[in-house]
Amino acid sequence: MTDMVSSPDMPGILEARGYRAALEWIARRAEAFVIPLAALVVGMVLFSLFILAVGRSPVQLYETMWRGGFGSWFSIQNSLSRGAPLLLAALCVALPARLGLVVIGGEGAIVLGGVTAAAIGVVLNGAPSFLVILLMGVGGAAAGGIWIGAVGALRHYRAVNETISSLLMAYIAIALMNHLVEGPLRDPASLNKPSTQPLSDVYRVGNIPGMEVHWGLVVGILACVLSWLLIEKTRWGFAARIAGGNVRAAQVQGLAVGPLIVGFTALAGGFAGLAGMVEVAAVQGSANGSLAAGYGYTGILVAFLARHNPLAIIPVAILLGGIDASGGLIQRRMDLPDATVLVLQGMLFIVVLFSETFYGRFKLFNPDLWQRST
Amino acid sequence: MEATDIGLWGVPLAMLGGAIRVSTPFIFVSLGEAITERSGRINLGLEGTLVFGAMSAYAVAVMTGSPWLGLLAASVAGLCFGLFHGWICKFPKVNDIAIGIALMLFGTGLAFFFGKPFIQPSAPDLPAIPFGAWSDIPQVQAALNVNVLFLIGAALAVFLWWAFRNTRIGLIVRVVGDSADAALAMGLNPSTVRLLATGVGGALAGIGGAYLSLYYPGSWTERISSGQGLMAVALVIFARWNPLGCFAAALLFGGAGALGPALQSVGVTQGYYLFYAAPYILTLIIMIATSSPNRTLAGAPGELSITK
Repeated sequence: MTDMVSSPDMPGILEARGYRAALEWIARRAEAFVIPLAALVVGMVLFSLFILAVGRSPVQLYETMWRGGFGSWFSIQNSLSRGAPLLLAALCVALPARLGLVVIGGEGAIVLGGVTAAAIGVVLNGAPSFLVILLMGVGGAAAGGIWIGAVGALRHYRAVNETISSLLMAYIAIALMNHLVEGPLRDPASLNKPSTQPLSDVYRVGNIPGMEVHWGLVVGILACVLSWLLIEKTRWGFAARIAGGNVRAAQVQGLAVGPLIVGFTALAGGFAGLAGMVEVAAVQGSANGSLAAGYGYTGILVAFLARHNPLAIIPVAILLGGIDASGGLIQRRMDLPDATVLVLQGMLFIVVLFSETFYGRFKLFNPDLWQRST
Repeated sequence: MEATDIGLWGVPLAMLGGAIRVSTPFIFVSLGEAITERSGRINLGLEGTLVFGAMSAYAVAVMTGSPWLGLLAASVAGLCFGLFHGWICKFPKVNDIAIGIALMLFGTGLAFFFGKPFIQPSAPDLPAIPFGAWSDIPQVQAALNVNVLFLIGAALAVFLWWAFRNTRIGLIVRVVGDSADAALAMGLNPSTVRLLATGVGGALAGIGGAYLSLYYPGSWTERISSGQGLMAVALVIFARWNPLGCFAAALLFGGAGALGPALQSVGVTQGYYLFYAAPYILTLIIMIATSSPNRTLAGAPGELSITK
């Protein structure tokens, strides 16, 4: 009898359940998209108020920003080129962050990676180009990896705060680069801007076919995808997430937290070092002061905006690459200082961090609370 | 330079003078940070506050002709930055370290934005007292030309050391820093105390910035601070949150920072950039030497996130 009664309704119930399940599925994931996007919008509105306060038109500013960053194929390619190092620099923050570490000295790894790559390219001049480019990449990544790996090791084995030590190491790295570029590695022909000897053309990393964007973009996107796989799909990533949640719990479980921290920070530094190598081999052609262009610091913002999710880093890095790229146009068209972009980035950063307080606050995103409300 | 006249004696002398000159911003930033950290919160944004303080002090001094008004402007600006940090950290799940990093970027960006027109004009300097007037040797005179802010900073260090131990306010700050629960039980509001402590810390960092642009190096450029604000945070840990320790550590850092220019003045130019890195290397070595994975640091405020 019960079968007879319920069976006509079954499809309806299933349908309702399916509908409900789909809604719940969406609701649980929507929070991770809606809150950062809302934070982005709020940050941009606050920045509009700032621009209004200094007597300029925010509409014109955003229009200029759009045109400079994404308005034409030319500017899109420019933004992609600028986003490439940001992808790698952001990984330098995001990977340690999964272990609960705040590493902000990626700039140092970028600079050292670039100098190492340039030195390898000059010393091995004459060797086959494939081999030299490969060694430049490996050398740059190794330099960055050692630098940030040391930060991780100091953190775990000596309890030295990683935020401060990584930034101090960045200043040391920049001083080291200045010393090498102005001293032992200096190209005597570089008068106004001390640089290492220019790489010969066969060792330069070229553009992706059909685009004015260098291969660094592909390297960066690959690095992000691999990092995502590492964190989400491997046992090391799983262990890292446990250790990031609670170090004691991880140790009780018998996880080797020390090697995990050193490994993740070294990998993170390796990516940043690779960014330096790409800057040298694809953009600058030699190592010089331009390596410390602030990619490491913008990378911090990218990583926090992407909430340390390597896949989310890809769109965020390209967006911020576009904002970066539009800085020059804003300066010329609107007669605003080049630091305008920095102010926008700072505001976005603050609003995004502030938005952390809203996670878990809205019933809308938590299906478990729906019943109680209705 | 006539530094060669007195031979290698010029190096320690230049380092002494340099230590006094270079250490002053460290003294103010680290004392400010010591107050903030004693209340249980950490403000990494003092680097941005320092740069913004330098800019606002310079701008106001250029416009009004008075370096003292510039100093006032810098401390008010620093107070605002500090209060903002303190306010935003009151919200649950907002990370004080990350907000500090964001404020570092925001403060520098804002300072560069408004500071553009002030790179060219020159502002009046803060006065210095020539303690070396008794000597005929120009190097001695230069080394003992001490800015009033250094003396104020020294006095402030002694005062804070006394005040933390002997005043009601000092006790309140320490209780909030060591245990928010105990503070609540005493009827204190930890958030409010931390808000005010961060505000005062910011104001002191702003004064440190004013010293940079109005005395040494004495002009406003976008490269005016090279991590002094951050080194000061490390320095507070090294000084074990003790204001007198902060003062001594600041002098030590100032001396390290003066090593490069002092060697350059006697003609040593080899490896100039490596000497330039001396304060950072010194900070790092001190941090490594004084940290330990097996025990919490002596004197560390219990509520401080950075030592956990």
